[in-house]
Amino acid sequence: METSTARAPTAGAFIFSRTRSNSSGWRLAVLLTALLLAVPVLVVFSAFLSPERDIWNHLLEFVLPDLFVNTLWLVIGVGAGTALLGVSLAWLTALYDFPGRGFFSWALLLPLAVPSYVTAFVSIGLLDFAGPLQTWLREIFGGQIWFPPIRSTGGVIAVMTLALYPYVYLLSRNAFLSQGKRTLEVAQSLGLSRSQGLFRAALPMARPWIAGGLLLVFMETLADFGAVAAFNYDTFTTAIYKTWFGMFSLSAAAQLALILIVMVFVIVLIEQHLRAEVRYTETGKAGRQTRFALRGTRRWLASFYAALVLSAGFIVPVIQLLMWSSEASVDAFDPRTLQYLWRSLALGGIAAVLTGAVALVLVYANRRQTDVTTRAAIRFATFGYAVPGAVLGVGIFIPVAWLDAQLSVFAKTILGIDASQVLQGTVLVMLLAYLVRFLAVSFNPLDAAMQRITPSTEEAARSLGLDSKRVLWRVHLPILRSGLFSGAILVFVDVMKEMPITLMTRPFGWDTLAVRIFEMTSEGQWERAAPPAVALVLAGLLPIIWLNRHAEKC
Amino acid sequence: MPVPILQVRGVIQAYGEHSVIHGLSFALAKGRIGCLLGPSGSGKTTTLRCIAGFEAISDGEILLSGKTVSRAGYLVPPELRRIGMVFQDYALFSHLTVAGNIAFGLGLMAKSERAARVADLLSIVGLTDAQDKFPHQLSGGQQQRVALARALAPEPELLLLDEPFSSLDADLRPRLSLDVRAILKQQNATAILVTHDQQEAFALADEIGVINDGALMQWDTAYNLYHRPANRFVADFIGQGVFVNGTVLTEKQVEIELGILSGEAATQYAVGSRVDVLLRPDDIVHDDASPLQAEVLNKAFRGAEILYTLKLPSGSTALSLVPSHHNHAIGEKIGIRLEADHIVAFTKPA
Repeated sequence: METSTARAPTAGAFIFSRTRSNSSGWRLAVLLTALLLAVPVLVVFSAFLSPERDIWNHLLEFVLPDLFVNTLWLVIGVGAGTALLGVSLAWLTALYDFPGRGFFSWALLLPLAVPSYVTAFVSIGLLDFAGPLQTWLREIFGGQIWFPPIRSTGGVIAVMTLALYPYVYLLSRNAFLSQGKRTLEVAQSLGLSRSQGLFRAALPMARPWIAGGLLLVFMETLADFGAVAAFNYDTFTTAIYKTWFGMFSLSAAAQLALILIVMVFVIVLIEQHLRAEVRYTETGKAGRQTRFALRGTRRWLASFYAALVLSAGFIVPVIQLLMWSSEASVDAFDPRTLQYLWRSLALGGIAAVLTGAVALVLVYANRRQTDVTTRAAIRFATFGYAVPGAVLGVGIFIPVAWLDAQLSVFAKTILGIDASQVLQGTVLVMLLAYLVRFLAVSFNPLDAAMQRITPSTEEAARSLGLDSKRVLWRVHLPILRSGLFSGAILVFVDVMKEMPITLMTRPFGWDTLAVRIFEMTSEGQWERAAPPAVALVLAGLLPIIWLNRHAEKC
Repeated sequence: MPVPILQVRGVIQAYGEHSVIHGLSFALAKGRIGCLLGPSGSGKTTTLRCIAGFEAISDGEILLSGKTVSRAGYLVPPELRRIGMVFQDYALFSHLTVAGNIAFGLGLMAKSERAARVADLLSIVGLTDAQDKFPHQLSGGQQQRVALARALAPEPELLLLDEPFSSLDADLRPRLSLDVRAILKQQNATAILVTHDQQEAFALADEIGVINDGALMQWDTAYNLYHRPANRFVADFIGQGVFVNGTVLTEKQVEIELGILSGEAATQYAVGSRVDVLLRPDDIVHDDASPLQAEVLNKAFRGAEILYTLKLPSGSTALSLVPSHHNHAIGEKIGIRLEADHIVAFTKPA
């Protein structure tokens, strides 16, 4: 670590030269943040220390076998499905010209705007026995027709594949864009045909990116609550919710959360390992690249395939949502929808500002303080994104309940007031939970922006006669602004969509759009779930539009 | 006479309206190293990609060992051409080791044979110790040698090198280009190199084609390109020099203000006509005893020599390369003398 302490003063050192003597202030701030954010995770892990025999016997006998089998099928199925769709679409749009390629190459990301639980309930509503499609088919063909049951393992897998394939698509497309054609040319110059080149060179070389996308898919799959709940397909997240709110067994929920978080940990470790591999892998120049032309019917087959996936993942669900919404608003518009909307917007907005501010502190500390402890603390603080919302709900609730108990004892004995729940079920606790979960979303783009401010950028500005305050305004803020803004949009949308944390930590009866969707979906009232879902989809389009604009500029 | 390995005949390549190559012809015999030299955007890389089969051509034809591989509407795919290619950014397979990269194109060989060939190439390029490393663990020069070994492994009939040294440090290039030439000669490979760097072309190639704007300006040896350029573009592009006014006296004599140049002329001009004469820095030598005086306008110290920019009595400028112990100040007048055994002159542009 000697090299890092001995190097030239960094940008942060200039900006905060006044606090220079007080460098431990930064470390303290970071350590406190990390500690605060680590509490929920540590609480869940502490469930490991207090295994309750009765609970475990019950879990092992009645709950876990099904959960493991269900989770395994889901992860395998969604993994295979997203790999197939994501890689093939990435390959087509990156390397071949076909009608509509330019449109599809960004439009295929649109399913990211639709929360998986929305895709889920729309699919059920549309394809179920009583749904419009089967009703229509019965009217035409009359009587009994066979239709694959949507409420099945295959149905959940199909729906989650359509919702999550863009992760694999996005990452593998980057790999193919930067090196796909060149790799094929090398393989051809060595005597391999194009298809041999694909399987022997291009795919193996893109493996770290494809795997990176798949691991994101696995994490989302394990963390998913809303989609599996809509299908009544029990996984760990729904089991945690049910044992807690149905059986009122918080300790059993904590044990389940522990198992889930261990699985997620394994995936995170693999992901970190892969990321190192990607860093070492040259991507070559993206420069001028011509695409291969597809001829004849194959061009149209390519367009048809892309259009099919886009329709199933985005266009059809959105049209169905709009149709339901118009029916719902004509029949009887629920005025409470506006209230839910307002709460979701406010929560998203406050959480975006809050995480942005904390991320800013961490980013500056990261630059200012290069010791191992601070760096480790920062990594720990941004780890929450990997923790499934259902786990976090448990991890937040337990310490808050404990704190409340202490406070009420304090209030009763010292102040003589009867106060049982001071913190529990307040918006404050919700915001804290969002902060833990989404800090990394703010931190990462901001940190990336900060990396672009090299010490010499800072020094160049100083040599041109700017004082430290002006450097902050004229150099740092303009460079950090886009990072701050992307982070804020992403957090805003993520918070609006977030279902399990909101369900588990909200004040009693304090519904948001996501909660409303959950409740209407569990009662099978698709029309009434549709208007809030439309609002979420519209919000979800924001970051995609922003990122797309941003990508064009670069 | 044996059939040349490569024949390029009147090749035209166009994207829609815009043609990149118009009417390129040249040939390369077995065991020779050719070079396409030209400024960036001249179409030299496109030519290479046409030869490789990555780009189709609009007219003309390309033959490898006497067999047509490209003509308008017909294209033998690259994998069936028995060519090898070294790419500008090497494009090594990041998921394979050095040995794995080299063995990549040896799919049809028996296992023992393949191992022997890989070991052979590893020793030729001096990377035997690095065979189990991955590309990211190698230096730029080592990566380049892996790319070369990988392309040579299947014993291609023709090796194509696309700006193979451009990603390397400038001080590495001269030595590496000599190394590469030695390897190619040892393997008796036939190769085409594409570059914009004359020094690289001179060091590596037996014959060089200067390309400008999609057309071949001259195909010749390095010596002839420098001393007998076929046209103004080549004269300007290769080496340094300036044009001065001259008058043709006889078939073998041209008079310029510094005296009479005698020697073989690259082209013939009518006696008495006015021409532009190319003077290289080595055509004018410094001689204190000479009555001819020129004023030093500028000087560039090059270690062993100083390159002087001189103002001739007529006011036109000339360059002279002088041993560096003849150190003169700017503004000083020095004695010079013509010393050239050939004439490079062009008719004055209309």
